[in-house]
Amino acid sequence: MAKFQSLSEAVAENLKDGDSVAFEGFTHLIPHASAHEAVRQGRRDLTLIRMTPDVVYDQLIGMGMVKKLVFSYAGNPGVGLLRRLRDAVENQWPRPLKVEEHSHAAMANAYEAGAAGLPCAVFRGYKGAGLKDVNPNIRSVTCPFTGEELAAVPAIRPDVAFIHAQKADRKGNVLIEGIVGVQKEAVLAARRSVVTVEEIVESFEGVHPNACILPHWTITSVVHVPGGAHPSYAQGYYPRDNAAYLEWDKIASDRDAFQSWMRENVLEVGPEIFATRVAPLKEAAQ
Amino acid sequence: MSDFTPNEMMTIAAARALSNDDVCFVGIGAPSAACNVARLTHAPDITLIYESGTIGTAPTVLPLSIGDGELCETALTTVAVPEMFRYWLQGGRITIGFLGAAQLDPFGNINTTVIGDYAHPKTRLPGGGGAPEIASSSGEVFITMAQSKRGMVKDIDFYTSFGHGRGGIHRQELGITTKGPTLLITDLAVWRPNPETKEFEVNSIHPGATREEIARTCDWDVKYAASVDETPPPTAEELGTLRELKARTDAAHAGTASKRGSKDG
Repeated sequence: MAKFQSLSEAVAENLKDGDSVAFEGFTHLIPHASAHEAVRQGRRDLTLIRMTPDVVYDQLIGMGMVKKLVFSYAGNPGVGLLRRLRDAVENQWPRPLKVEEHSHAAMANAYEAGAAGLPCAVFRGYKGAGLKDVNPNIRSVTCPFTGEELAAVPAIRPDVAFIHAQKADRKGNVLIEGIVGVQKEAVLAARRSVVTVEEIVESFEGVHPNACILPHWTITSVVHVPGGAHPSYAQGYYPRDNAAYLEWDKIASDRDAFQSWMRENVLEVGPEIFATRVAPLKEAAQ
Repeated sequence: MSDFTPNEMMTIAAARALSNDDVCFVGIGAPSAACNVARLTHAPDITLIYESGTIGTAPTVLPLSIGDGELCETALTTVAVPEMFRYWLQGGRITIGFLGAAQLDPFGNINTTVIGDYAHPKTRLPGGGGAPEIASSSGEVFITMAQSKRGMVKDIDFYTSFGHGRGGIHRQELGITTKGPTLLITDLAVWRPNPETKEFEVNSIHPGATREEIARTCDWDVKYAASVDETPPPTAEELGTLRELKARTDAAHAGTASKRGSKDG
């Protein structure tokens, strides 16, 4: 049964040191506000899971909060590489980072297996691929009917999933629109889940019968954080802040610049800042 | 139309390889430009699919990432990412997977994972994303990249996506039933695998490019097909379509990353 909470309450109650956590979003609806709250609360020793870790995971890794990253593509979309991630992998700064690397097909299947209550995902993949040799969690099974050898990876079952969505209704049901990514699977696979939303509406009456809706009883906590996906976008609310992604490349290229940016833009502000960040984007899009 | 850049020739030559009936899984960057030029010229009904789940998308500007809102807004339908990889890619619905590469070897194997040793890399690259299964589950694979000695190497540092392995029937030996890389389009030439060895050979050289230039920008010993043609130059329609697309893209993404080229999973 979803609780309506403040972001600081929701993160404090649901995210503990040492947890495995997915802040999911497939290039859309990325839950930046929740991740920034985790930075302010100083969570440590996290195992971060995400198909497409980008700027916000670069920030958590650079802050030394992460012991392990499970992922399938780590880049700054439209720009290039993740410089804090590179510094951690190549120079162990600010701490060594373990990586468990997969393909998108494997991660997507593993989330689905987690949501489906299965111990592992089976799919046709990794044929001839080098990741098999460096990731012991990539194994194979033989189909008992055809004899075909198929790839197997463990199901993803995060301790907690954070996602951002367009709308919740008064009961805490959540509507996700546009590129829906793996967020439904991440929430259903996780033990606990926190959803930040752009807007809280009275009801979902009139919504298309096949819309992507997570019932309130699948969600632990709902938080109203307008703009909470910035600099990512929320379809129907504000476009992507492409300039911010480009700017990140410069900030992240220098350890001191990174730390002072995090102090000024994350540690010394609160979640209400996100609404002001998207205001000019909303205006420009009209 | 005589005044065009090698990159424009690359995009246009790649666009020509696509047909109206293709269902194309589109990588970002150069493949995305080529696929959309094809759609805006000779292949208006081509189905373009991006791994974010957008099926039959028709963007008016090139996306910066595989998940731009424009892709969803212009798509026939948008599905969840697990469905994209399970039903549409693994299910065998994709005729062409179109990939770029950081490092490529002469057998069409691709590395976008690390430069150097995996455990202690010199450069940690973004990783494979959808590419390992795009390379094995698409009916065939087209690759496009600008030539450079760092990019086109004898031995790649990591097998992110399997092409023809060590050549010959290596794919079949691994139980892969799809064709793998059948075409490589660079800024200087069009390459196809030798039918027996599966090593890429130059089939046609772009107007203005030379064998010396191709050799100078490729780290392996370049082989040529028995007959090598000159790639037909861009037509006025092709070049106009590409330039208008780029201009619309630059205007839409003004002040952002578009001039740096798009790179993501």
